[in-house]
Amino acid sequence: MAKITYITHENEKYTIEVQNGLTVMEGAIQNDVPGIDADCGGGMACATCHVYVKEDWFNKLPKKENGEDDMLDMAFEPKTNSRLSCQIIVSDEVDGLEVNIPSKQA
Amino acid sequence: MNKTDALIIGAGPTGLFTAHQLKLIGLDCEIVDNLDKIGGQCIELYPDKPIYDIPAVPECTGEELTNNLISQLKPFDIKFHLSERVEEVKKEDANWLVKTSSGNTFLTPNVIIAGGVGSFEPRKFAPKECEQYENKSLFYSVKDKNIFKGKTVSIFGGGDSALDWAIELSKDCKINLIHRRDEFRGAQATVDKMQELVKSGKINLFTKYQMANARGDQKLESIDIKHDNNEIKNLKSDYVLGFFGLIMQLGPIADWGLNLNKKTIEVDTEKFETNQKGIYAVGDICNYPGKLKLILSGFHEGALAARACFKLARPNEKYRFEFTTTSSNLLKRLGKKE
Repeated sequence: MAKITYITHENEKYTIEVQNGLTVMEGAIQNDVPGIDADCGGGMACATCHVYVKEDWFNKLPKKENGEDDMLDMAFEPKTNSRLSCQIIVSDEVDGLEVNIPSKQA
Repeated sequence: MNKTDALIIGAGPTGLFTAHQLKLIGLDCEIVDNLDKIGGQCIELYPDKPIYDIPAVPECTGEELTNNLISQLKPFDIKFHLSERVEEVKKEDANWLVKTSSGNTFLTPNVIIAGGVGSFEPRKFAPKECEQYENKSLFYSVKDKNIFKGKTVSIFGGGDSALDWAIELSKDCKINLIHRRDEFRGAQATVDKMQELVKSGKINLFTKYQMANARGDQKLESIDIKHDNNEIKNLKSDYVLGFFGLIMQLGPIADWGLNLNKKTIEVDTEKFETNQKGIYAVGDICNYPGKLKLILSGFHEGALAARACFKLARPNEKYRFEFTTTSSNLLKRLGKKE
């Protein structure tokens, strides 16, 4: 279990306890956090679950796998701290993670 | 005006198998798709990725699945309308009047939406200023490359489309190629070719930059690009091309008076009919309790929706359930029997 905080573009905060093994994307979708679309359902095929991860956390998370950066090329306003939330798996180690949701997904 | 028993929107796996089911039970159908090819997400998003959960097919790629579905449709004569988007669906007496982006019209008692997550549209530049130049000097695809001759063209993107056009247009244009990182996802040979052209001064390469602003009174004059470290460069540009792939948008479907739930359409599980009589939704775009977004679910939903279409297309006939193994009617339609 980990507490994940989702911060929308309008600066609304949603802090949610997400089960280990789910992805950060699933935590948002199952709890109706606005701003994460996840059109492809977690297949790393659409870049509509794009989030920004604060620098300190960004470096702590397991590195991006092959293909994630290719997909991020297509995200709306990608930055150096961009991630696809469907590729971040929740575990005790990410307790306290904060992610910022971009103004749009597309 | 095209008259048909059923119009299918979407030529992905679900749309294709739904067409098979319609033709098998003796109904006509036509298919409209916004993409320029058959196959939907399977072809656009993952042609090379293996799929492992199609019943009785242990492993196949998106492209193989599409090709098999197309060959399963061979006995039937089905009209495809590709590169067309359905814009309007309006009630006309007992029928639906459907209009597409190319001005085609259809009159049909049955409309089956097999639209996946909507139609594929190009992903656009983030800055609002870009919009006013769209389709004048800023494009997301190339229709006529001759307009660029002798001009300065700024191309954005890191995939094959961006690289191929940068290489092609560098023959008689001044090219700026801009990408948000150092790595390119295009084919290695294409990346190498592009790097050669950068060395020989045919292409100006800017990596770790993204579009920040577009400038110019009536027509585009220049663009601002912004580096990861916030430094801004101004590039004189006559034309801008952006290649960021495609995104799925629900588009005009949202305006047809259907019960929507986020990006999906509510249906019943008997006919897969929406709240509008004669409009059905099948595959990823439909929603009901327990819905699974699997290709196999789409096949089942399409088979049932096809039977529901029979009632409206042949109100004076009775639908009779038959097996392809034994029914001479079905075998005739499949071309297996005289």
